[in-house]
Parts: sequence; C-alpha cells; structure tokens
Amino acid sequence: MDKDRVKEIIAKRVAKELKDGDVVNLGIGLPTMVANYVPEEIEVILQSENGFVGMGPAPEKGKEIKNLVNAGGMPVTLKPGAAFFDSATSFAIIRGGHVDVTVLGALQVDEKGNLANWMIPGKLVPGMGGAMDLVVGAKKVIVSMVHTAKGKPKILKECNLPLTAEGQVDLIVTEMGVIEVTDKGLALKEINPEFTIEDVQAATEAKLIIPENLKEMEV
Amino acid sequence: MSKVKSIEEAVSLIKDGMTVMVAGFLGVGTPESIVDAMIERGIKDLTIISSDTAFPEVGVGKLIVNKMAKKVIASHIGTNPETGRQMNEGEIEVLLTPQGTFVEQIRCAGAGLGGFLTPTGLGTMVEQGKQKIKIENKEYLLELPLKADVALLKGAKVDKKGNIYYDKAARNFNPIMAMAADLVIVEAEEIVEVGQIEPNDVMTPGIFVDVIVKGDK
Repeated sequence: MDKDRVKEIIAKRVAKELKDGDVVNLGIGLPTMVANYVPEEIEVILQSENGFVGMGPAPEKGKEIKNLVNAGGMPVTLKPGAAFFDSATSFAIIRGGHVDVTVLGALQVDEKGNLANWMIPGKLVPGMGGAMDLVVGAKKVIVSMVHTAKGKPKILKECNLPLTAEGQVDLIVTEMGVIEVTDKGLALKEINPEFTIEDVQAATEAKLIIPENLKEMEV
Repeated sequence: MSKVKSIEEAVSLIKDGMTVMVAGFLGVGTPESIVDAMIERGIKDLTIISSDTAFPEVGVGKLIVNKMAKKVIASHIGTNPETGRQMNEGEIEVLLTPQGTFVEQIRCAGAGLGGFLTPTGLGTMVEQGKQKIKIENKEYLLELPLKADVALLKGAKVDKKGNIYYDKAARNFNPIMAMAADLVIVEAEEIVEVGQIEPNDVMTPGIFVDVIVKGDK
C-alpha cells in the first residue's frame, strides 16, 4: 500500500474517535494529519503543549505569524476562541485530566497498553518532550501508527524499548485495523477489508482477540 | 537604580560554571540577542536548563554548538543533532526530564515548595533513584525543585520596572523561569515607560526582574 494512502487511512479513522467539544492533543507527524479529517459538524479544540488551545491549520505560505507555532515548531493559525498560557498551565491541562484525547505515534506498544516512543538506546535519544505527561494525563490515549516497521511487528507481547508509560494506551489504530487494549489483552475491533485476520495476526506479535462481531474498517 | 543595562553589562554577570535557565520552546520565546552576546563573550562550563536545545542555528542550540555547556537539563534534544553528538561522545551530560515535570520543578523552586508528586514517569527510566509515595492508594514520584543562578527571558514589551508582556506562544517557560533564579535578565523587543503596559496586562510582575536589556533580534 502506498505510504500516503496508509497515513490517510489511519488519520481518517482516528478522527472518527473524536467527539464534539473534545480537547485534543495531536503528536507530531501522522497524528497531526488527524485534524484534516475531523467531521465538519463537530468542533474539537486542539491543545498545543507549547502554550495554547484553539490551534488551527497551517497558514498559507507567506502568512506565517510570528510566535505562533505548534509543538513541532511549524507555523499554525488560531481558531476563534483560542487562548494562550504559560507552560505550567499547559501541563496542568495535560496532567490534570483536562485533555480528552491524545494521539501519538509509537515505536512499540504492547498487550498491556505499555508504550515506548521516546528513545532507542545507543541510537536515537530525542527525549520524551511532553509525551510522558500526555499519556498519563489524557483521558483517552490513541496510538496511531503504521502497523509494522520494515516488516517487523511493533505491536508486541512486551515492549523492549524504554517505556514512555505503563498501561496507558486505550486504542491502537493502524492501516490494518483498530485494536482495543482490554484487561484480557488486545482485541481487534475493526479490520481493513484489504487484509485477512491472518494477515493482521502475522504482522502482530501479541495474540489478538477476535470478537464475533468484528467490524469492517471504513477506508 | 535603573534596571535597564547594556547587553554587554548584563552578560558580564553570567560567569563560567553557572547554572543558567533559558526560556523558550524550540527558540520561540528565547532571548536571541543575549545568547549571541554570551557566545561572543565565550562563557563556558554552563549547566543549561531549557525545555529543548532548539536547532543548531537557533536559541539554546547555538550555546550547544559553541560548546558552552557541560550539562543540559531538558525534555527534548531531538531537533538539534549536535546535542546528541556531544552527549554520545561524552562531551556533555544530558538529563532528560518529562516536560510537565520539568516546568513544575522550576515552578516549585520559584514558589518556595520543597517538591511535588506526579504520576508522570512511573514505570519508566524517569523513576530511577526517585522516591515513590502513595497517596490514597495512588502512586506518585517525588520530584524536587529546580533552580538556577541566572534566568534569561524574552518579552515583547517590558516597562522600566521590569513588568513583562509576552507575545502569543512566546510566553511558554518565561513566567515560570522568572521566579526561579537568583538573577533574572529579560531581553525586551521593546522597552516602554512605566504605565505603558496596563497592570491588567502584565504577565510577569517586575519584582521578579533584575536586569532589562534591549534586544536587536
């Protein structure tokens, strides 16, 4: 499947998880694309951890506004009703349970809802930024990612990279399907009709629970 | 006594080996003129406390590239490859802290608090060496205050008493760091007369500010 198509499928599906009035924090990269697919009839309030709510899309070229960038340093705009605040307030919003949904990428996620997305020892140590606070504080944590990395599963029995948080992930959305983290393990809730259950299981190290009412993922 | 000084005079107060907090998020809200003057002066062996190390050509990133730090306390260094390189070569020590913990540690130092309890970092490398405390059956990490010798801020408008007004997302760590250092230096895009910032619009009260300089960036 084409890379852009993969990202589009994932972003579109994550957008369906958002409800009218939700305060949402989108991570850098693929999660940011979710904003493009929020249904018109609902309003979500995007929080940017560098200090505001009411974030809008990127400005037209040449119309960038000084001191108005997202948490990845890219120029953005504001929606009516936006508000700026300092970083302590920003993380009170995040840690204090005032963010309804956070959407992040992952290096690994496992059947206990553990997440690893901030370092690969000896290789890549970018740091956790706000991720550890976001996954602990947000009411719902959605991991949005390509199902495998170079053909290798990223959804594991147990993460072996340093964790971002223990047991905080609620939902995993990939181009192959939608997986819910439950007390009993990972349950495949929806499957992309371009794949079989066997395909999805083969690309997943953790054992998937297949419910009787497995739904087709709208793609 | 006037708080307004030349950049050279202000930067001469920052000595080798000091712990310096630098406000800003990926360079937005960072006092670039002060950073440049520090580089010119060649201050070294600094412990730098900043949210991130920005980019090689921007903000705190320039202090790293010019090898002025012996230690960095930050939440993210991924946008500046030079920080990672110096860390891997053992040239600098890097302490990575979750951003929400980082800012709260600074707030504690400024607010006279001995620490705080956070669920962030439980079950991760962040908990290493830290005390865990249970409150009403929920576990937390005890995090301690983080203070500095000097804090470097950037304001859009600063009056001559040091009252600061920030612009948009440039506010970020500025008001918090303003409270947590022995010496607080603010770089103003514009220095205005007292009264020209409405008391209602002051974001950092001037009592926290020791030195005001006019930026040229």
